Amino acid sequence: MPEPVHQTIRLSIGSRYENIELVKAVLDETLESLPIDEETGYWMGIALREALTNAIKHGNALDPEKKVDVCLAVGESGIDITVEDQGSGFDPGAVADPLAPDNLLKTEGRGIFYMRKFMDKIDYDFGAGGGTKVRLHKKFDAPAGSAEANQGGANED
Amino acid sequence: MKIDKRQRDGATILDLQGRITIGEGDVALREAVLAAVGEGATNILLNMGRVRSIDSSGVGELVAAYTTVTNRGGKLRLFSMPKRVLGVLEITQLITVLDILEDEAEAVASLA
Repeated sequence: MPEPVHQTIRLSIGSRYENIELVKAVLDETLESLPIDEETGYWMGIALREALTNAIKHGNALDPEKKVDVCLAVGESGIDITVEDQGSGFDPGAVADPLAPDNLLKTEGRGIFYMRKFMDKIDYDFGAGGGTKVRLHKKFDAPAGSAEANQGGANED
Repeated sequence: MKIDKRQRDGATILDLQGRITIGEGDVALREAVLAAVGEGATNILLNMGRVRSIDSSGVGELVAAYTTVTNRGGKLRLFSMPKRVLGVLEITQLITVLDILEDEAEAVASLA
C-alpha cells in the first residue's frame, strides 16, 4: 500500500537544459528539511539531472513546445521524484550495458546506469498516449542506533 | 564552466572550473580540447581540481576528448580529481581506461 504523502511539489518546465538547474535548486531546498545527508543528496542531484536530461533530450527531443513535468513527493520514509516527458517512450530493456567492454568508450548511454546507482529504486511508466514517466525513489536515512541503521543500507533495483 | 589554457614542459594544460554537465561544461570542454588539438597540441592535461560536478554528458565528453587525442597519436591525462568526480568515473569503470594522475607534477612527468 502506498504510504501517505506529506508534501508534494510540482513543476512544469520547458525542454531546455538550463531549466535543469531550476529543478535541481528546488530539490536541494526540499532536501534541507529531510533526513538525507549531504553526500546522499549530492548523488540524488546527479540522478535527477540524468532523468531531466533524458526527458529533455531523448524524450522531448529538445522541442521547446514540449513540457517536462516533475513531482517531488515526500512520504513517511522516503521521497519519490517523478519526471515525465511528452516523447514517444523507449524500451528500458534495450539500453546497452555501459560496463560492457565494447561500450566503455562510448560517449553516451550511462544516464540510466547512474540513476540506478544513486537511487534506491527506479521504475518506468509509459502512458497510452505516449510519454515516459520515470520514478526515482530514495529512502530516508535511518535514525542512528535504529535496527535499520545498524544493518546498513542496501540498494535495490 | 571556465577553462584556462597554459603550457608547461611541452604539455597543454586546461584548468577546468565549474560543472561539466549537459548544455554547459560539456560543450565548453569539447571546444577547448578541439581548439588545443587544432593548434597542434599532442599532450593535453586536464586539471580537474576545481570541477564541482559531472554528469553522464560530461563523462561522455571526457571519453570523446580521450579518443580524439589518442587517435591522433597524442596523450590525454587527468589530474587532481575531486573525490566525487572520481566516484562517477569509478562506477562506470572508466578509471581503467582514462589516464588519471594524482597531481600536476605527476601528470607532467608521465608524459616524459
